[in-house]
Amino acid sequence: MSDEIESRGVERIGPHDLGGLPGGPVDRTEHDPAYWECQVDAMVMLMRRKGVMIDPAQLRRGIESLDPDVYEKLSYYERWAGSAALNAIEQGLVTQAELDARIESLRAGRQ
Amino acid sequence: MSHDHPHRHPPQADHAEPVSHHEWLGVALNELLMEKGLYTAQELREMMAEVEAVEPSTHGARVVAHAWVDEDFRVRLLKDANTAVEALGFDSAATDLTVLENTDEIHNVVVCTLCSCYPRTLLGRPPTWYKSASYRSRLVREPRSVLREFGTQLPDSVTVRVHDSTAELRYLVLPLRPQGTDDWTEERLAELVTRDSMIGVTTARTP
Repeated sequence: MSDEIESRGVERIGPHDLGGLPGGPVDRTEHDPAYWECQVDAMVMLMRRKGVMIDPAQLRRGIESLDPDVYEKLSYYERWAGSAALNAIEQGLVTQAELDARIESLRAGRQ
Repeated sequence: MSHDHPHRHPPQADHAEPVSHHEWLGVALNELLMEKGLYTAQELREMMAEVEAVEPSTHGARVVAHAWVDEDFRVRLLKDANTAVEALGFDSAATDLTVLENTDEIHNVVVCTLCSCYPRTLLGRPPTWYKSASYRSRLVREPRSVLREFGTQLPDSVTVRVHDSTAELRYLVLPLRPQGTDDWTEERLAELVTRDSMIGVTTARTP
């Protein structure tokens, strides 16, 4: 953390706070999103339209509240999925148990 | 050189299966939300198509080209981008939109250091590099070297301004109109306006 403070002068507010940190060359490879990524993208847009996450800050808060180790390991739409699930649970649309059970059966079905 | 990936393929349902926990989490949540009636499968398909339909070339580039040929519109766009963009028939998506005009003295470039805020209703989904840790961390610190990686070499006399987006405020860069295009039509001009030039990592194409 002290290296990070030195490199930009202020402490980071969370794992998402990247401005001014050192980094390598930008990988400019373009790729089409996977189907599941398009689904998650559209799901988040629909949650917004249906009043579940009206404020874009709700998606952001869910992403920023991820554990720092988890945040760094997840890809962009994985973070969206995590945040959308958090918001859906908080609003009583689904339960963690329902999600866990569905993930298990989806995984089993694709074996 | 950067390119704008003009022939994006539609997403294919039969490849790139989820593998990680969070990928499955996204699929599981989507299924459960449909089963519980928040939205239908039809609405999901329509939303995916709606997102796919937004291309920089048919949306953002049209706004820029119109600003290049219509001085009144340019002034309105810089003053109140949401209203100006909506007047052209585009969605400005409930967030504040600010258009940043490049000049001979000032070059603007946009980042979102905290996440990946992006003018999606004009440029579509952000490219992967826009969301990457190195772009987000380095652009505010060493913009000229990041621009060089995109093949953009600006004279020292040009001031580079970096703008950090937020969830409530998005930016679109109005690139400098290339020289030698005085008698060009708006449609032809739009072809010079790339996605990357509207993010500000490059300039518009030269004829």
